[in-house]
Amino acid sequence: MILRALFERFDKAGLVFLIVLAGAMILIPAANLLLPVSSPLHVPTHVMSLIGKYLCYAILALALDLVWGYCGILSLGHGAFFALGGYAMGMYLMRQIGPRGVYSHPVLPDFMVFLNWKELPWFWQGFDMFPFAMLMVVLAPGLLAFLFGWFAFRSRVTGVYLSIITQAMTYALLLAFFRNDMGFGGNNGLTDFKDILGFNIQAQGTRAALFACTALALILCYALARWMVTTSFGKVLVAVRDAESRTRFLGYRVEHYKLVAFTLSAAMAGLAGALYVPQVGIINPSEFAPANSIEAVIWVAVGGRGTLVGAALGAVVVNFLKTWFTTGALAPYWLFMLGALFIVVTLALPKGIVGALNAFGERRRARAAAREQEPKTAEQNA
Amino acid sequence: MTSAPLDTLDPQADPAAQQTSVEGAAGALSVTQALLYLDGVSVSFDGYRAIRNLSLYVAPGEMRAIIGPNGAGKTTMMDIVTGKTRPDEGDVLFDHGRHDLTKLDETAIAELGVGRKFQKPTVFESHSVADNVLLALKGPRGPFASLLGWRNKVARERVDEILLTAGLIDHRSRLAGEISHGQKQWLEIGMLLAQDPAILLVDEPVAGMTDAETEQTATLLREINKAHTVIVVEHDMAFVRALACKVTCLHEGSVLAEGSLDRVAADERVIEVYLGR
Repeated sequence: MILRALFERFDKAGLVFLIVLAGAMILIPAANLLLPVSSPLHVPTHVMSLIGKYLCYAILALALDLVWGYCGILSLGHGAFFALGGYAMGMYLMRQIGPRGVYSHPVLPDFMVFLNWKELPWFWQGFDMFPFAMLMVVLAPGLLAFLFGWFAFRSRVTGVYLSIITQAMTYALLLAFFRNDMGFGGNNGLTDFKDILGFNIQAQGTRAALFACTALALILCYALARWMVTTSFGKVLVAVRDAESRTRFLGYRVEHYKLVAFTLSAAMAGLAGALYVPQVGIINPSEFAPANSIEAVIWVAVGGRGTLVGAALGAVVVNFLKTWFTTGALAPYWLFMLGALFIVVTLALPKGIVGALNAFGERRRARAAAREQEPKTAEQNA
Repeated sequence: MTSAPLDTLDPQADPAAQQTSVEGAAGALSVTQALLYLDGVSVSFDGYRAIRNLSLYVAPGEMRAIIGPNGAGKTTMMDIVTGKTRPDEGDVLFDHGRHDLTKLDETAIAELGVGRKFQKPTVFESHSVADNVLLALKGPRGPFASLLGWRNKVARERVDEILLTAGLIDHRSRLAGEISHGQKQWLEIGMLLAQDPAILLVDEPVAGMTDAETEQTATLLREINKAHTVIVVEHDMAFVRALACKVTCLHEGSVLAEGSLDRVAADERVIEVYLGR
């Protein structure tokens, strides 16, 4: 019954995506923990963490696709929500260090001792509690998106103008977080984490668990996003994308729809950032860099805008290429390649990888249908 | 304002008296009688006065055709009624004077029961024909209602009923972007019907249609008029004749003549500025 409901909700690509993810969630940590290092199927810990990082990017891409692909809001500032979620997680991890820091202060993180601060700022309170920190992971970016969207959508800022102010938002946050007296560690950011929920963050088992959590989060985010876009909520989002003022004349409060989608998307991006930080071991202001947000847009475009699965796929493919090329002799040319990739995809695959696959599948079905038709008409003629 | 009964709405025969007749006794309805009441409305864009002291009164259940040369202010008048443009002065009242439309935005006005069809057919091209109607159906329109609410469970019959009226039942699962221009016009009228508004504003529904399609559209609008008030802006005189309703001719932002088509078409000034000799 539930299985049937699932089948109705997800299309073929979605089911394949979910099966692959569920497989990865179980098999990769198993191959890392249970198989001996000598085994050819053993997955080294650093590779697992690298894939975990790609999956975090996939969640970010999914979040971006929800607003850009379905609602037409081209956000060039989604990296900011990702980074905010990351900082919330980073603050929790900093508080877990306790007296084990370089200065051995029982409460204050090292950088605060270094700045001669005497007590914990108010906004660091409560971050020693995991549930509170996790709440902040989605609440902080969600609230920022809500306030930002409230003003922007109500004033009917759309298109290029909206893209520019989202870009300005992430740049402003970049500059703010660079400042030492903001209380987030300045340009060094937050790092040197020791443990999470009492487990050593460097331990193989913890890393495997973090990987499994990331894969699970991607599955849940996909299911949520897919549910949203298949209800009439999603149909209204597409209507807004295609003919905004028509939707308004039908009696829909377009700004409310945009606000719900934008806020949820930002919270999703925050979750991605929170899973990213313990796996890479650091969060610093460079995560707010405008280029990061633009790269996320490229992932979605490469994978296929408005397909969800494509966005996640694009994030993994582009980042895999990035890792591959930036570690070899081709490293200095990576940005040129990224630019070329974007141009090639826009010209040759305007609907991205998944869009092109869908079109190919439809053509094949159409041909098969035509072949079936032919003998029939031939018989009729005969 | 005097309250003239509906059947004496025709302006006086003397063309010279018609300009005043609109604001005077014969063409006017009192606020409480009119479903849509525009009085002394003016609006200018960068100094150009698109609408000048326009007064228009539409009774409940009426069908009204609005004609006039390009730039006469027909579309601007619809923009004002639907909240897209704010008038500089004048009253725009709806539902027997209960609502001041100049204070509301597009969504609020649509919720009150004012539906609009645009000059260029605008349907949601990446949705199926049936989904276009589904989105238009009267009902809760909030984001959370959409996520959990009844629009997900709407009966196929309700959508099909409208598609049948609009003559699109055979195209229900095609994408709205794939159907012909004329069919898009009908789909948009069907969407208006699904909204079940108190008044339908229809902007140039037969532009670009074949004669047969035009005739079918007139039948469709007359059918809709049985339960709804309709205002149609149109250039096609054969179509306006087929509607067989009261006609208002606009020129330079105000009413030039009003009455039956024969009467308006015989008006010297209408011939001068619009119909030609």
